[in-house]
Amino acid sequence: MTTTPVLEAIDETLETQGRPPLNVIYEWLTTVDHKKIGLMYIVYALIFLVIGGFEAILMRIQLAIPNNHFVSPQVFNQLFTMHGTTMVFFMGMPILFGMGNYLVPLMIGARDMAFPRLNAFSFWVSAFAGLLLYYSYIGGSGLYAAGSAPDVGWFAYAPLTSKVFSPGHSTDYWTLAVFLSGIGSIGTALNIVTTILCMRCKGMKMSRMPLLPWLYLVMSGLVFVAVSPLTAAQVMLTLDRYLGAHFFDTQAGGSAILWMHFFWIFGHPEVYVLVLPAFAFANEIIPVFSRKAMFGYPAMVAASVSIGFISLSVWAHHMFTAGLGPAGNTFFVFATMVISVPTGIKIFNWLATIWGGKIIFAVPMMFMVAFLFQFLIAGLTGIMLSAAPFNWQLSASYFVVAHFHYVLVGAIVFSLFSAFYYWYPKVTGKMMDETLGKWHFWLFLIGFHLTFDFMHVPGILGMPRRIYTYEAGRGWDTLNFIVGVGAIFQAIGTLILVYNMIHSYYKGKQAGHDPWDAWTLEWSVPSPPPSYNFAIEPTVSSRRPLWDLKHPEDPDSDYES
Amino acid sequence: MLVLSITLVIFLIVAGLLLYALIRFRHKETDSNREPAQIYGSNQIELSWTVIPILIVVTLFLTTTRVILVTEAIPKPASAMDVTVIGHQFWWEYSYPKLGVVTANELHVPISDPASPTPTYLTMSSADVSHSFWVPRLAGKMDLIPNRVNTMWIDPQATGLYLGQCAQYCGTQHAKMLLRVYAQSPQDFAAWIEQQKKPAQQEFPGNAAATEGQTVFMKNACINCHTIKGTVATGRFGPDLTHLASRDTIASGPIQNTPENLRQWVEDPNSLKPGSLMPAMHLNDHDLDVITAYLSQLH
Repeated sequence: MTTTPVLEAIDETLETQGRPPLNVIYEWLTTVDHKKIGLMYIVYALIFLVIGGFEAILMRIQLAIPNNHFVSPQVFNQLFTMHGTTMVFFMGMPILFGMGNYLVPLMIGARDMAFPRLNAFSFWVSAFAGLLLYYSYIGGSGLYAAGSAPDVGWFAYAPLTSKVFSPGHSTDYWTLAVFLSGIGSIGTALNIVTTILCMRCKGMKMSRMPLLPWLYLVMSGLVFVAVSPLTAAQVMLTLDRYLGAHFFDTQAGGSAILWMHFFWIFGHPEVYVLVLPAFAFANEIIPVFSRKAMFGYPAMVAASVSIGFISLSVWAHHMFTAGLGPAGNTFFVFATMVISVPTGIKIFNWLATIWGGKIIFAVPMMFMVAFLFQFLIAGLTGIMLSAAPFNWQLSASYFVVAHFHYVLVGAIVFSLFSAFYYWYPKVTGKMMDETLGKWHFWLFLIGFHLTFDFMHVPGILGMPRRIYTYEAGRGWDTLNFIVGVGAIFQAIGTLILVYNMIHSYYKGKQAGHDPWDAWTLEWSVPSPPPSYNFAIEPTVSSRRPLWDLKHPEDPDSDYES
Repeated sequence: MLVLSITLVIFLIVAGLLLYALIRFRHKETDSNREPAQIYGSNQIELSWTVIPILIVVTLFLTTTRVILVTEAIPKPASAMDVTVIGHQFWWEYSYPKLGVVTANELHVPISDPASPTPTYLTMSSADVSHSFWVPRLAGKMDLIPNRVNTMWIDPQATGLYLGQCAQYCGTQHAKMLLRVYAQSPQDFAAWIEQQKKPAQQEFPGNAAATEGQTVFMKNACINCHTIKGTVATGRFGPDLTHLASRDTIASGPIQNTPENLRQWVEDPNSLKPGSLMPAMHLNDHDLDVITAYLSQLH
């Protein structure tokens, strides 16, 4: 492997080999190292991925046949509430923040995040928020072991959340968990923005920064604007419930629509908060496995930034059926459709990057190819849903559920799995097992398509979301059964991934610094990187510093304007 | 539909190109170890795939706007019929303010002749939490939001039963808050209205059980929540039962209106629809029998 000697670490004496386990645990609990915090984020999110996935499986068993009595309606309503809340706040956000925490400093040549202690604080607040949410299963109604989980849906529409319709404390667990998770997210976002703006290594102008930090910059900016209103709304809801405020209390003149606005001004940018990191991984992985530089770097940056801005003006497309009137509806149709332009530019640029390359179909690239196709489909069903009349028919139906799972799973989770296989060698120093990786890929791909392709159809046939059962004879039965079977494939695939990660940690091949022959700074340091990352602050003169080192005869800096 | 065909065409083109690129440019064993030519971008190409999508978006937007305006902004014809829809956990209340009829869960409307349309205008609100009115074959959905009035219209042109259900999560029994819309010929509809206008039958000659059932009903808490027109039962919390026996279903759609089901419902609503807000009335078997006999006579 070609690496530059000046970037090598000096030694690894600070690592934890051969120390008493208690010391190791103490070190993890008190660490402010961005890599350790990143890993804790990821492990914690993976635990919630398994929990949220398990909840999904229970729901699919319940819906596999009509008039099923596998779970009661109350339990089913808790399941979808917990599944949604878990996957968005305690799986999606933490896992992406974890990746960002780990990768951003390494990619911009920094030794840590700008605010290491804030970083640890944000992580622990988020982690406790997740535990608090699940504590509702035993504490929800205020009595020990007599409670239950919130059942108001993950968007918790007012006034269903008011004291009258949701007595007990289960809704409070939801409110406080989301509130705390919001504080943690804002803290981490602040940290990422500051790190990127202030801690880039020598020579790394903004225009030379890899695309991953760029996208994390946009994503973190969105978190400020989007998560703050939601966090504020949780305070308002708590005031409503306990201090007799009437923000959302319709019985006393409050407004249900107000909550919708608060929720969706968070809710839609949130989709982009989750999907921008998925784009970020694609921007790093697709070029490496196509053996080509990213096509149209400035256009990609511009597209990402404009997605960030436009995504702040599309939220009310979640409210087309709330009766906003023709003027409001038309505006949000337009804003929503316009966002497909920068998104399209991204897809075209990835296509152009692949074009003329020499594509290596290793496991990370296989997941990326699936990501491209699935994201294309998800984008197109998104355009359909953006047309308000189409939306009047299909919103809150299984078509919508299928559409956003195509984005969240088909695009984000596939990209995330790709990133796991790609960066795992950097994090552990071991390669992940390719054969198990391929099993994971194919099982998950088949399961994904069984579940979410077929899920579109019952929506078109009139099946609304969030129903715990349905009558036979409306043409939904077989489809729901297939959807359920697909869920099991996905579960097995995910378990193979978890097994592979543990197995490869002990048995995997040594990875070396740079197993993929890649071009960004994180591959210049040992795997796993030492706690100080870089022995000497690197100096870069192009977007692909390691390309320049490997091809001194033809460096990128000659071509970049 | 235009949106559908445009998105399909985009999918075929882009997916086709992607597939071609993946096959054509895969790494082959025979390849040399040289890296492929590095291409950093092209402003012309970027411009073209910015401008073309913008044109497509403008086309889609204008088409969509036209549909929105036709649906939401046309004036209401004088011949339209008004119905007020109130959502409740977990049932629908319908009233025909100009016709003096109040009913529940089964909406009857006249079909509309394109030559002289008689669309039905629904004025919608909610008594508790948000609900959504969705009968897929008649129209898109519209939310029923407390403390707010929304409107929509439907214009069925063929007789028949149109099924739908609540589409906004509203609590435990969101799943069994079904919608049934009966589109009838104008004559049948007029007959139905005439019949619904009448107060409830109060004399049941030769049917001692029904007569006794009426007495039991009026003495129990039933009257706090239900209205039976012409009697002391004037509650508003539950569905109007004046012409209960004229309906095909009970409990907002999921259960056939048979004496056996009705009896079980009165005995313990939660056994048929767990989470229903109607409490079990704890009546003895005799009272259950006579109340069922009475309710079955409310044609």
